[in-house]
Amino acid sequence: MPRPATMRNIHAWLLLLPAMAFIVAFTHVPAVNTFIHSFMLDGKGGAPATFVGLEHYMYLFEDEVFRKALVNNLLFASGTIPLSIGLAMLMAFLVNAGLAGQSVLRLCYFVPTVLPMIAVANIWLFFFTPEYGLLEQVRGALGFSGINWLGNESTALPCVIAVAVWKDAGFFMIFYLAALQQISPSLGEAAMLEGASRLYFYRRVVIPLLMPTTLFVLVNATINAFRMVDHLFVLTQGGPNNASSLLLYYIYEVSFKYWDTGYGAALTMVLLAFLGLASIGQFGFFERKVHYR
Amino acid sequence: MKQTNIYDSRGLARALDTTAAWTLAIMWALPLLYAIWTAFHPSAYSTRFTLNAPLTLENFVTAWHAAPFALYFVNTVLLVTMVLAAQLVLCTLAAYAFAKYDFRGKNIMFALVLMQLMIMPDVLVVENYRTMASIGVLDSTLAIGLPYMASAFGIFLLRQTFKSIPKELDEAAAVEGASTLQILWKVYVPLGKPVYLAYALVSISYHWNNFLWPLIVTNTTNSRPLTVGLQVFSSTEQGVDWAIITAATLMTSGPLLVAFLLFQRQFVQSFMRAGIK
Repeated sequence: MPRPATMRNIHAWLLLLPAMAFIVAFTHVPAVNTFIHSFMLDGKGGAPATFVGLEHYMYLFEDEVFRKALVNNLLFASGTIPLSIGLAMLMAFLVNAGLAGQSVLRLCYFVPTVLPMIAVANIWLFFFTPEYGLLEQVRGALGFSGINWLGNESTALPCVIAVAVWKDAGFFMIFYLAALQQISPSLGEAAMLEGASRLYFYRRVVIPLLMPTTLFVLVNATINAFRMVDHLFVLTQGGPNNASSLLLYYIYEVSFKYWDTGYGAALTMVLLAFLGLASIGQFGFFERKVHYR
Repeated sequence: MKQTNIYDSRGLARALDTTAAWTLAIMWALPLLYAIWTAFHPSAYSTRFTLNAPLTLENFVTAWHAAPFALYFVNTVLLVTMVLAAQLVLCTLAAYAFAKYDFRGKNIMFALVLMQLMIMPDVLVVENYRTMASIGVLDSTLAIGLPYMASAFGIFLLRQTFKSIPKELDEAAAVEGASTLQILWKVYVPLGKPVYLAYALVSISYHWNNFLWPLIVTNTTNSRPLTVGLQVFSSTEQGVDWAIITAATLMTSGPLLVAFLLFQRQFVQSFMRAGIK
């Protein structure tokens, strides 16, 4: 009969195996295959793929659309991340400020989170539509001339950023609300005894204590900035002239519209590199969580 | 009057806070309120806001008949149920192994699981499509669900929960002759109930709303979920009748929205719990 320790090992592996098989099959294997296929050119009509070395990666440097999508994605990230985190923090403070109707406020802020992005993008599309869209009606009433918000290269990306911030801020607010509840009430009492102002208390006590939450939200916001492309399908299709295209959207176009999956794999490697950077932050965060316990 | 809570705003600050709070609230709720207005009025009133505008359900009827939304609903419900059921079983087993066993390779396995938090199936669409093609399940609800059936997030969440359950409980159960799986089922799962609820809500809303992967892996109405169906419907609708498109939009998000309004407190708390663990 096997030793009890061996039995426990076998039990643990049996419990783990089903989940592990799925995770490896749909995360690790495809990640490795992406790497392999990024050096291959798909054969036409069922012919075997041929090795092309670094050709796809060299093409990245020539590809204007890739450069645009990459720059756009960095702009998208540097717009959505600080705006959605800042607004999320503000919303949490406002909901927590003892104002009348705070549950209604919380509901309003949070509602975009439960709605499908593809559905709300349809509503936003109408806001941005030239001539009879809501935004233009307001501007028209104020005597401004018409702007085609989504059809203009300089305004398309900001519009896409605005929709993303609107969708995410309320979601991140929830994490701040949860963290605010964890802050000991005695800190606030002590601050009041000392005669500290509310602003001072926020600046010197609350915001520093929220740092772990901010870090957690930051990593999530970063991952989202490279993952959220649903609204592009409705609002701009990456246009005009790729002015609002993002990396994952371009990967979709290259792989599933032009069926150049080899180049799509090379593009995916670039995306994975960015997510890898975010993941270094994430792992650092988990380490710290473990130390706190 | 003495201030009892430093978080409460008073005086001028209170006026400013109230203004800021409601301005934001209106901005955040406006798209939805606007969609409700448009969907329930004839299209002539889409941009005319008068109190005597007649109410109608006509837009919903037209949208419902213009595309196979009934089928899309069935597909989405099937998808969400299938994914959630698989996740609950697989994540529970794996989380139990991580929480209560010491075994060789545990740390490496856990690191491999956590990798999925960063490299989500959402970004590996090209290779996952290849996999689905090679096992011959393209254009099916199964293909949409497969990459999500084991979730690192779920495993992490349940592992934290199981770790906080005292060992004495399962020792007591073991003395009474319960097997490993019986202990898991009779002791751990019931104690983790609030976390299961939280996870279920997060999972349901995620998969109800998911779009890119279902778009890629489906190409007929037989397997399309609501999100993809809505997109196909609104992009082929040439006449651009906003009233009908917003009606379809509300229809597809309706069940989630109604569920959210009914269970608002649990929903928000669930998201909080899911976030801080």
